Amino acid sequence: MATATKETGNGNGALKYVGTRPWRPDGVDKVTGRAKFGADISLPGMLVGRVLRSPHAHARIRSIDTSAARALPGVKAIVTRDEMPEVPSQWVPAGEVQVNYRDMSQNVMAREKALYDGHAVAAVAATSAAIARQALDLIEVDYEVLPHVIDVREAMQADAPLLHDDMFTQGVEPAPETPSNVFKKVYFSTGDLEKGFAEADVIVERTFTTKPVHQGYIEPHAVVASAGEDGQCEVWCCTQGQFTVRAYCANLLGIDIGKINVTPSEIGGGFGGKTVVYLEPVALRLSQLAGRPVKIVMSREEVFRASGPTSGGAMTIKMGATRDGRMTAAKAWLAYQAGAFPGSPIQPGCMCVFAPYDIENAEVEGYDVVVNRPKVAAYRAPGAPISEFAAEGVVDELAKKLGIDPAAFRLMNAAKEGTRALYGPKFGPVGCVETLEAARSSEHYRTPLGPNQGRGIATGFWFNIGGESCATINVNEDGTATVIEGNPDIGGSRASIQLQAAEALGIPPERVRPLVADTSSIGYTFLTGGSRVTFATGMAAIEAAGKVVQQLRERAAKIWDIPVDAVEWEDGYARPSGSNAGDFEPMSLAEIAAQAGKTGGPIAATASINAQGAGPGFGTHVCDVEVDRETGRVTILRYTAVQDAGKAVHPSYVEGQIQGGAAQGIGWALNEEYIYDEDGRLENPGFLDYRMPVASDLPMIDAVIVEVPNPNHPYGVRGVGETPIVPPMAAVANAIENATGIRMTDLPMSPPRLLAAMDNGGANGGA
Amino acid sequence: MARVVLPSSLARYTGGATELEVEAADIRGVIRALEARYAGIGRELEEGMAVAVDGHIHQDDLFAAVAPESEVCFLPRIGGGKQKL
Repeated sequence: MATATKETGNGNGALKYVGTRPWRPDGVDKVTGRAKFGADISLPGMLVGRVLRSPHAHARIRSIDTSAARALPGVKAIVTRDEMPEVPSQWVPAGEVQVNYRDMSQNVMAREKALYDGHAVAAVAATSAAIARQALDLIEVDYEVLPHVIDVREAMQADAPLLHDDMFTQGVEPAPETPSNVFKKVYFSTGDLEKGFAEADVIVERTFTTKPVHQGYIEPHAVVASAGEDGQCEVWCCTQGQFTVRAYCANLLGIDIGKINVTPSEIGGGFGGKTVVYLEPVALRLSQLAGRPVKIVMSREEVFRASGPTSGGAMTIKMGATRDGRMTAAKAWLAYQAGAFPGSPIQPGCMCVFAPYDIENAEVEGYDVVVNRPKVAAYRAPGAPISEFAAEGVVDELAKKLGIDPAAFRLMNAAKEGTRALYGPKFGPVGCVETLEAARSSEHYRTPLGPNQGRGIATGFWFNIGGESCATINVNEDGTATVIEGNPDIGGSRASIQLQAAEALGIPPERVRPLVADTSSIGYTFLTGGSRVTFATGMAAIEAAGKVVQQLRERAAKIWDIPVDAVEWEDGYARPSGSNAGDFEPMSLAEIAAQAGKTGGPIAATASINAQGAGPGFGTHVCDVEVDRETGRVTILRYTAVQDAGKAVHPSYVEGQIQGGAAQGIGWALNEEYIYDEDGRLENPGFLDYRMPVASDLPMIDAVIVEVPNPNHPYGVRGVGETPIVPPMAAVANAIENATGIRMTDLPMSPPRLLAAMDNGGANGGA
Repeated sequence: MARVVLPSSLARYTGGATELEVEAADIRGVIRALEARYAGIGRELEEGMAVAVDGHIHQDDLFAAVAPESEVCFLPRIGGGKQKL
């Protein structure tokens, strides 16, 4: 693999451990099978939970008769809408998207209506899986089947089947008097759009669609919940945020937060899809009723039918540029499917659509639309891949019409420090230009192509976020340390927190053990998502380490009987700050720790912060494809992904994030889609028919790290997990266009669809 | 006076203005000053918006300093924040 790190100066001096590649702290457990994932947890007396799901895309639930199931020996509890509290409407953050507690409650257990195929309508806890399944068969649900709507444009029509008769479109004037499936309109504008298009010599306008795609995590959702007679509750689950699960369970079931302890298991992938709850409140309610622990594990089919994919979208993009290559105007119309309840990532989709470029005149209009599909959840850079796929296709077409190299055209208009983003602020130091230059100067970009082969380039943007984090560092008697944090490790954060703590303490990372704690053992920490953990929780760990270092200096000062100001900390040792401070041999952290009891007690510190100043992330991808003109099959020949990491704390993990995002994006581009029958039932709820790329489908992804430091982090860190999924769909589409001359506007660009487009002389659409 | 930039979605509070000048020492001061001028906008700004002060984005960070020459730009929240009960 050709991986290279381009140092552009991090401004933080020589770093000893940050930027190295030690063994991953969780590696041995995972490759040997010792790691405990959600389904691995078992408790004495535990019951097996199963969920009954609607077979209808849209149906009124007239009644639910559980009497026969309750009479079945071995059945210990049943939950339906009658056993779940009614929850009022309240919007709260869930990762980078917003959710409503009332909707969340009705998503985990349907009330008046089932709103999609797979919507939970009842759950059973029994002494065995066989009895639980038998009990589900005995539950009688009387449905009144209603017309349904799956497609986002159809759902926006005035005569579309209505999912929620109390939903009136927000953000439009005057406020509508009739309900609609359009929950919200989002609008941004800057400059004078008419003037901008008037200045353009070339204008391109295209309409695009993307399909909802699943995050595709290998580990299905799993939970064990135990409610004690004293009201104390324990929950073990695979989640991206144990504090989020705690808050959601508390709210949905009316339990004090302090009575719930949530322990996160190892997580077999999340990608945003495990920032919400499906099973946890249900299992906890079953446990309350049964008086025994309850375990529920989703099947793969349930994961597809009932857990959040990301939105599908319909988009129209119009952009103009002058003959000399200056973008003058850009306009976007975006409609995102939210699934059965409002809350698609339309807002970030609108904010990101033109973010890689400095465009004076722009307008973006977006719509959040409910349809009879599972409620969407966050998926890497929520909303951005959809809108930027469309915009990057139009950018490529503009470059072609202007006769300018597509990388050079992007560079001529690239966002840089001081560029005002469409959504308001000016960028600080960002690495858009640097990623484009690295891609353009790569050997890959200059390599000649063969027949039926094409090359595409695309750039992507994601904000990255900060937020609330805690970290505790305990110094042990032998000078080793433990760093305790509250973020499940989904992408290498144990390693990145360990390395940052080690750097700040001045001791080797193998002497710092990272630990992800339950909700009772560490202060509130927002979930793992938004590419925030290495940045935000890393800053908490650095601050905690700074407090520990201060204590170590104080202890050394006591031992030496000199003022603390006369002690400096360098490379893991206390040293006299100069000859005036006295003549003492440097004292190691281990030596100070060994005397901790005599000098004031244990050495430990906690930092709790709300991290601000996350550094935006840009990436540029180059993709080579070969198109089989007989079958429409697209083979990815070569793929290079360049990204600005700010500072790569553990470069191997950064490369892994970049490669994983690219692989997921290639699947989104070429194959992945939900297929519904005419009754709105999902026909491909499994990996055989929902085609994600496997290793044999892909070349090794070459990851190139660019480092333009984030000035708001001590080591220059930005987030890295989101951005790499943004460019791939456009990079692949642009490569197909380069190979065939056909602009594919609808995802996935699967063999039948590309073959049809080639047969039709380039016409495609109407996914 | 700090220069304040509001998204067009909040122009309904300000009679159409999206660029204003406010004297305040921190983000909370900016929000309070705007609420005093345009009743109702304060809650929207505090609960629904992030703030970029001179390009650096702050979220739920009421006490971040604002200098007289600062640009204070409100933008939709990107994510994060504590789950409210």
